[in-house]
Amino acid sequence: MSIQEQVYRYPDANGRYGQFGGKYVPETLMNALIELEQAYETYRNDEQFQAEYKQLLQSYSGRPTSLYYAERMTKELCGAKIYLKREDLNHTGAHKINNTIGQALLAKRMGKKKVIAETGAGQHGVATATVCALLGLECKVFMGEEDMRRQRLNVFRMELLGAEVVPVISGTRTLKDAGNEALRYWVSNVTDTFYILGSVVGPHPYPMIVRDFQRIIGDETKRQIQELEGRLPDVCVAAVGGGSNAMGMFYPFINDLSVNLVGVEAAGRGVDTKEHAATMTLGTPGVFQGSLSYLLQDEFGQVQPAHSISAGLDYPGVGPEHAHLHASGRATYAPITDNEALDALQFMCRTEGIIPALESSHAVAQAIKLAPTMRQDELLVICLSGRGDKDVGTIMEVLGGNKHE
Amino acid sequence: MNNTVMNRMDAAFEKLKSEGKTALIPFITVGDPHIDVTLELLLGMEQSGADMIELGVPYSDPLADGPVIERASARALQNDITLRDSLQVAKKARERGANIPYVLFTYYNPVFQYGAEKLFKEMVDSEISGIIIPDLPLEESTPIREIADRYSIHLVPLVAPTSKERVQQIAQHGRGFIYCVSSLGVTGVRSSFAANIEQFLQEVRTATNLPIAIGFGISNAEHVRRFSSHCDGVVVGSAIVRQIEEALPLLQSPQTAQDGVLQICKFVRELKS
Repeated sequence: MSIQEQVYRYPDANGRYGQFGGKYVPETLMNALIELEQAYETYRNDEQFQAEYKQLLQSYSGRPTSLYYAERMTKELCGAKIYLKREDLNHTGAHKINNTIGQALLAKRMGKKKVIAETGAGQHGVATATVCALLGLECKVFMGEEDMRRQRLNVFRMELLGAEVVPVISGTRTLKDAGNEALRYWVSNVTDTFYILGSVVGPHPYPMIVRDFQRIIGDETKRQIQELEGRLPDVCVAAVGGGSNAMGMFYPFINDLSVNLVGVEAAGRGVDTKEHAATMTLGTPGVFQGSLSYLLQDEFGQVQPAHSISAGLDYPGVGPEHAHLHASGRATYAPITDNEALDALQFMCRTEGIIPALESSHAVAQAIKLAPTMRQDELLVICLSGRGDKDVGTIMEVLGGNKHE
Repeated sequence: MNNTVMNRMDAAFEKLKSEGKTALIPFITVGDPHIDVTLELLLGMEQSGADMIELGVPYSDPLADGPVIERASARALQNDITLRDSLQVAKKARERGANIPYVLFTYYNPVFQYGAEKLFKEMVDSEISGIIIPDLPLEESTPIREIADRYSIHLVPLVAPTSKERVQQIAQHGRGFIYCVSSLGVTGVRSSFAANIEQFLQEVRTATNLPIAIGFGISNAEHVRRFSSHCDGVVVGSAIVRQIEEALPLLQSPQTAQDGVLQICKFVRELKS
């Protein structure tokens, strides 16, 4: 049966999205995952839990975030009407907090006082450290040494918030290795520790839990665009590393087949080079960090290092539900290079006075390509997943922004 | 199972049982630091009292392993060691008279990319008796086990102190032996084992007729002795890989490699004492 003929209901009972997903973890973790699944099943339908989650999103994180008509950008591009879903206006500056609030509340309900997380760009780490401070939980964040260098400001923010940042010196010292190290630590401390995973990746039930806590992005967008335009958008564009902001944006639109869903992955120095993170474009199905999805790997299944100027997209895997949306054709995925993202970032700064995160700039770059090919009465929504303050150092390095020195 | 020749692993456990002995099962990472060293270690460790050997296939993201085995993996991968090399080195050892059973230790993705059918067929050819896949829990294992059964390759399951009510079901689907994880955590030398470890082993014992072996953190002769009275096999991994790491200056030069191998074999003999 094709996806058009049925209501979308994934994951199935085995944690699968079509052929993708599953639970490929050491036996030591299996009962913890089952326990998490059961707890989540209880609380996803618990009114008190949901009310507390919604209340914190509203009063603490500042939701709903606005759906902003980017008028100057629209006029410059002479095409579709462009809206920005302003996840950058969340507390801590990115969509990541939607998920960490949800999972930290879950941890508390499950009686776990210790929390761990992995982080790439540092946004998930900061969002985790933030809610742990808020809820009185002990917090350890695993971060690759290379990323700690690229994102020094976020390291300090986490420490300021009372979290311990654990440098990861294995492998490529980036997000993938931070994820490995968090899983290793969890195996050793599974009885008293809750792992707040930051993206729609990992073993079931994580991809589902993170998606459900991020769907607020799409739910709000759907309501807001109805209010503003009286109809659904024609295209939704979002950047994909692991894919949490994209999954949150896409999920409420999956059964609305008139809405084109476009994921944007990092092509780094180009898909014709070896330095990219274009998992959908160039990867093949493989098992990595707990689930079957697309993966950058060699013919013997060794994971290949990814590259992107954006630490948050510098990841050789991708969430299994995205793999399914890609394989089934419901969503399409496009690669954007480092340079295209940098150009888009500057374009947005100049036309809208908004500095987008490098991750989000990939989505902006794809929108810049798409909008002029669309009619002026068509609607394009960009998920502006985070703000770019954290990236200013990196951008200065690349653009040589020290003009006044 | 349709194979008329008894799996080498079953025969070994049966013989040891009749002699009232426990299998010493050293682990090495294939190709660390060189594939020729691996071959010499396979032969030398057998001479030094190993009853079975776990052949670790190097992997880029070994998330069940601690830093010692992770570094060994990285060294082997620098030499471009693949699953295919692991099969070939076993075959070469057989050609040179190796007799004890081998069990492959590999993460699932290399198996998935190689193709389970092809792998198990070639394992029969290399006379490798079983396979341990640390990131393939019971729920994901059925298709692989079905293929393995057809080739009389044992898909050896792991049980952990956190498995609790899962022990029964895992044991039921077990093949070859049941690999008991000594404590929470990744592979590597540690100072203590799970509380109630003996009770855990007893639970596993009552759940199965298969031999049971313990691994993760077993690092010296005293540990081997302690668990020999509870188990049919004792796996020593990181402690041996650490010996290899310490002997790297010797092992990396063809002139002195044999001295390095002898040093590691001495360690294996000491584990037996």
